[in-house]
Amino acid sequence: MPKEYKTPKLDELEKGPWPSFVKEIKLAAKKSEMSNDLLGQLEQSYNEKLGHWKHGGIVGVMGYGGGVIGRYSDLPDKYPSVSHFHTIRVNQPSGWFYTSDALRTICDIWEKHGSGLTNMHGSTGDMVFLGTTTDHLEPVFKDLTEAGWDLGGSGSDMRTPSCCVGPGRCEWACYDTLQRCYDITMRYQDELHRPAFPYKWKFKFAGCPNDCVASIARADISVIGTWKDDIRVDADQVKTYADEGLDIFNDVVLNCPAKCMRYDGEKKEISIDNKDCRRCMHCINVMPKALRPGVEQGATILIGAKAPIVEGALLSSVLIPFLDIDDEEEFEAFCDLIEEMQDVWCEEGKNRERVGEFIQRVGMGNFLEAVGVEPIPEMVAYPRDNPYVFYEDFYEDEDE
Amino acid sequence: MADAAPQRITDIGPPDFQQFLPPVVKANYGKWKYHEIVEPGVMVHVAESGDELYTIRAGSPRLLAIDTIRFYADLADKYCDGHLRFTSRHNVEFLTTKKENVAKIRAEIEANGNPVGGMGRSITSIVHTQGWVHCHSAATDASGVVKAVMDEVIDYFKEEKLPAKCRIALACCLNMCGAVHCSDIAILGIHRKPPRIDHKNLDKICEIPNLSASCPTAAIRPATVEGMPSVEVIEEQCMYCANCFTVCPAMPIADPENDGVSIWVGGKVSNARSEPQFSKLAIPFIPNNPPRWPEVTEAIVKIIEVWAANARPYERMGEWIERVGWPRFFKLTGIPFEKEHIDDFKHAGLSFKRSAHLTHEA
Repeated sequence: MPKEYKTPKLDELEKGPWPSFVKEIKLAAKKSEMSNDLLGQLEQSYNEKLGHWKHGGIVGVMGYGGGVIGRYSDLPDKYPSVSHFHTIRVNQPSGWFYTSDALRTICDIWEKHGSGLTNMHGSTGDMVFLGTTTDHLEPVFKDLTEAGWDLGGSGSDMRTPSCCVGPGRCEWACYDTLQRCYDITMRYQDELHRPAFPYKWKFKFAGCPNDCVASIARADISVIGTWKDDIRVDADQVKTYADEGLDIFNDVVLNCPAKCMRYDGEKKEISIDNKDCRRCMHCINVMPKALRPGVEQGATILIGAKAPIVEGALLSSVLIPFLDIDDEEEFEAFCDLIEEMQDVWCEEGKNRERVGEFIQRVGMGNFLEAVGVEPIPEMVAYPRDNPYVFYEDFYEDEDE
Repeated sequence: MADAAPQRITDIGPPDFQQFLPPVVKANYGKWKYHEIVEPGVMVHVAESGDELYTIRAGSPRLLAIDTIRFYADLADKYCDGHLRFTSRHNVEFLTTKKENVAKIRAEIEANGNPVGGMGRSITSIVHTQGWVHCHSAATDASGVVKAVMDEVIDYFKEEKLPAKCRIALACCLNMCGAVHCSDIAILGIHRKPPRIDHKNLDKICEIPNLSASCPTAAIRPATVEGMPSVEVIEEQCMYCANCFTVCPAMPIADPENDGVSIWVGGKVSNARSEPQFSKLAIPFIPNNPPRWPEVTEAIVKIIEVWAANARPYERMGEWIERVGWPRFFKLTGIPFEKEHIDDFKHAGLSFKRSAHLTHEA
């Protein structure tokens, strides 16, 4: 018989209208002693205001260095079933589309081999299996791969790429996020499973500048859909929005960051000076029936985002203003550039130095030179405002 | 080799997403024309072909038992020909071409305790980390704080009554699994005491050069302590980031009385109107107060209410603050402005007010 824990603190979190994670743990605890001991340990954490997990050790499946995060309780005698409580990251399908049968297969595998608790999904995008023991790792991996699934990334490797819903269900997708996310994932399986980088490397694919996967905040390579030509305007639909009461002047025109829109209130007509349009998406977001991105579509490639650890947080910055990434040749060139950048970073980067931090340390100009990309004004918000310029070549006296 | 073991399957990658797409998605892939939110939490996408796809979005606790996933699967079988998806913010979405199924799905998923909403000018599910449920470096719990906050703001999830969307995220330490640093409201677990050094074991389990190099402020120096190779920490240089603990378990930093959460506001990742920006510090420290963190929920509700009452339509938290100025933000929210709010890390001067653009009251 499993121990029955009194959990007065956690029980408080079963109350209230938002769905409760405590209910989920209790549900799993009916079938799993692991989840039951998790409940006991978590209640203790709530009493002590202190976590009780130890640092991960090196655990994994044969031949992989990533995908499993070792986790051990620091109270193994008290909560023996969570003495080993490793996490498994399972690479999600592009766009998080599933069939019910696929989900049931996943659930059955996890019922057999672990706590029955998951995250749908982890922040990076993987399905997360929370809690299993070392001796179950090979068996769960075998069952997963036989059913067509594989592990995601962890540690200093290429992390599991993720993408927005894209052309699957969004009219704003300016390239095929689902396909390109899948292509990159398949192309770099070795980099994903066998950590050989200075630190993690993340790809995120967003179909438009709304960036529903937060690529600009956290991906080493952010691929953000955009377009080159004019915003498509359906004049009749503009009139309909006006007739239905949308305040086009205040809510749309005045919010345009480029001030490139005009609105004729009498005729209920919008005009856009597209050469000044910054592709911010606001007007399109507000009037999706009337305005659409142009048809010459592609993506802006940005580099270097990360969270604060170690040297401070960074947003990605522009590397390639426009790339027709759906085009196979341009996609190949993109992959070549990625590999070139990774080579330079692997060669010169320090331990636990993300590529964004590496660029900060060596200088963007030097980085561009090393990877063979020409500097262009699109890469900066403004040129430098200090005179501390490094020159490698200058005339010595004898040159004169 | 006749007796070779069966081939071990590796490096197959995820299943091709194509096999999971609903037929209507396959038929209209890349040919969607527009969408509209028809009621809170329900939108319809209309394709150039005229086909319609209804999406019902429901909140979930992210931490799910397999029985709950099976319930989602059963619901998808019943109403969606077995198709469903999840969003980048942990919501579950049921996809159907049958308008008449919308109300039925809503009824059943709500009966299971999952609210429908999180679209448009709303607060959607909180992106968060593992916390005390599963992480070794957590300075606070994640799921518990999130549950407590969402219980308070659930009406903003279920209805579209805010000026714009409001994205809340939580990270239980500075490693920030997830993009909390660009959120309208970020809840961030922090430590406030330098690491304790386990001199006896440090040299056995850690590489001292790596450990020294891990410190962003160079506060960790190699030292011999009682004849053993170890390190010393220059405590006044430590800002408790815990990167040392990540590379060396002999540097524990968690501390019940000094750990807690900080609140950050005004970040965004979308390019709409204004450029993406980081969240900025609103409240430096609130002690951990499980199980419901009432001081945290109260502060967040206050910030949301002040923004909602004062922002113009479509103005995100950060855009509103940018327009009215930070002095007004602190005044209206009643949050005291303290020394900790003024940056003193690298390039701190960039955040100082370097103009006379100030509002004044006569």
